[in-house]
Amino acid sequence: MASFFQLLVSGLATGAIYALIAVGFTLVWQTSQTINFAQGEFVMLPAFFVLAAMNAGAPFWLAAAISIVVSIAVLGVLFKLVVVDPMLKYGVLPLVISTIALSLLLKEGAKEFYSSQAQPFPALVPAADIDILGAVVSTQSLAVLAVAIVTVVALNLLLNRTRLGRQMQATAQNSTLARILGIPVERMVLYTFLINAVLVAIASILISPIYLAKFNNGDTLGLAAFIAAIIGGFNQVRGAILGGVILGVLDNLSAAYISSQYRGAFPLVILIAVILLRPQGLLGRVEERTI
Amino acid sequence: MKWLAAGAAAAAAIFALIAPLLLKPFGIYLISMWAVLTIAALGLNLTLGYAGQVSLAQGAFVGIGAYTVALLTPVGCPFALAFLAAGALCFAVGWVLGYPALRVQHHYLAFVTLAFSTLVFLVLRNEEWLTGGIYGINGVARPSFFGWSTFKALNFYYFSLGMLAVLAAATWWMLRSPWGRAFVALRENPVRALSLGLDTRRYTLMAFAIGSSLGGMAGALYAPLVQFIEPVSFTLGLSFNLLLMVIVGGSGYFFGPFVGALIAVLLPEWMRVAQGYYLIVYAMLVMVMMAFCPSGILGLLERALKAFAPRGKEAAP
Repeated sequence: MASFFQLLVSGLATGAIYALIAVGFTLVWQTSQTINFAQGEFVMLPAFFVLAAMNAGAPFWLAAAISIVVSIAVLGVLFKLVVVDPMLKYGVLPLVISTIALSLLLKEGAKEFYSSQAQPFPALVPAADIDILGAVVSTQSLAVLAVAIVTVVALNLLLNRTRLGRQMQATAQNSTLARILGIPVERMVLYTFLINAVLVAIASILISPIYLAKFNNGDTLGLAAFIAAIIGGFNQVRGAILGGVILGVLDNLSAAYISSQYRGAFPLVILIAVILLRPQGLLGRVEERTI
Repeated sequence: MKWLAAGAAAAAAIFALIAPLLLKPFGIYLISMWAVLTIAALGLNLTLGYAGQVSLAQGAFVGIGAYTVALLTPVGCPFALAFLAAGALCFAVGWVLGYPALRVQHHYLAFVTLAFSTLVFLVLRNEEWLTGGIYGINGVARPSFFGWSTFKALNFYYFSLGMLAVLAAATWWMLRSPWGRAFVALRENPVRALSLGLDTRRYTLMAFAIGSSLGGMAGALYAPLVQFIEPVSFTLGLSFNLLLMVIVGGSGYFFGPFVGALIAVLLPEWMRVAQGYYLIVYAMLVMVMMAFCPSGILGLLERALKAFAPRGKEAAP
């Protein structure tokens, strides 16, 4: 039972990171119809920004801050202006192809310009184990959970309690109507790209101490984010959070209790089950888009 | 324009026949690889170019086909039978995989096939009793037919080219048949096709399954060509590569995959200077092309020809 609890906590921590990635993915999809196939690589890259900044002599907290700022500039603004904007007029398919090419570009870029070896990455908190109800829980998992929860709560407050957030929701639900109401739709779309960049940067800093920083980390992370978004409901931020957590916990438990060799296969099984039984996702509503 | 296209195709065919006589062994290997990958890209073009669905599992289907042949031929199964089995197996798997994914919209097939690629890799790697695990299968024999052995590189090239010609002709014929016209209708205007009473979902599924089947047949040729197969060859990388071939050549154009595969096979050789940066440059080229000409090289050619053609003569049939 103690080991079950341990697995549950570490699964929740992984799931919380998946959730952050999936939320960013969903936000961008809702406001701009961009299915970002490079989302996994977006999570891989900020870790290398941190490492580059630390190589230049910056302490970890400063490097993390620099990484988030660079991510906003590159993965937010630049991505939207250079990749997404010129493509939107052609529809969804060319943009999908373009983000697939982008994922290849980022992956190979990290490999060629930094290293093809997995890089050790500093942890947020000193590694230690805490005893909770007889189960040993690592401080790292708890720190990851704490940061992820704070991020999600802050995002929810932004989306639901501020004028800006409501304008963004309106843009996602019906951009034409939002425009008529005087909402600067283009700027709102840009903001969702920026939020996505912040979310992937945070996810990157949280997950890299566990997985190490490696150029091909994006493969599994991107897939986890897509699947989390689909499980929860493609059109709901709450759904993406739920999907991420479910995926993280099930991933950890199934690896421990069923088969670790087929760890990567369980998300597929869950994905197909959800598509067959509830194609709109657990929390999703049919043919409707809300934040 | 039609005559021009026919002339270009004929010239290309003649070139494909005499080219290997002028090439070194490695060159012959490369163009054999081109013929094999073109078959897989031809299949993916059905899914992507005609049905408008992104499949990220074409590489996995090539892998399934390759392992089918590599496992069946040593136990005495004739190559022709193993080849057909590879195609049939991939058709069935494609159908089962596409059925749930195509019930819903939003390019779910892309995600399902993405996950499927991972699954196939895991099975190939973990089921050592069957697939040899990470060590793969060595020494896949090249077939011989009625005493004509394809063991020599040149013979195997002509064999691959022949298979490409047969499969391309079959695909061409299928697209011309009344039944296959539905695929063209899917490409031209899916909404109108639906309103005319076409079961678009079934035809999309069919296009995906047939496309996957062609991937399996390409794999059935890949195994004897390379003579050594391992799980790493059939990961997502190959699927991406095949996808980009179709896109670069021109998705939805029948001859798009031929051009795209040629570029994908030759470009890395010509860009040896760039070494590791090759994929970076290639990815950038694809992104630039998507921004300016999403219909690929053949689309670009068509646009150029239209610009030069005298007006009024282009009465589109």
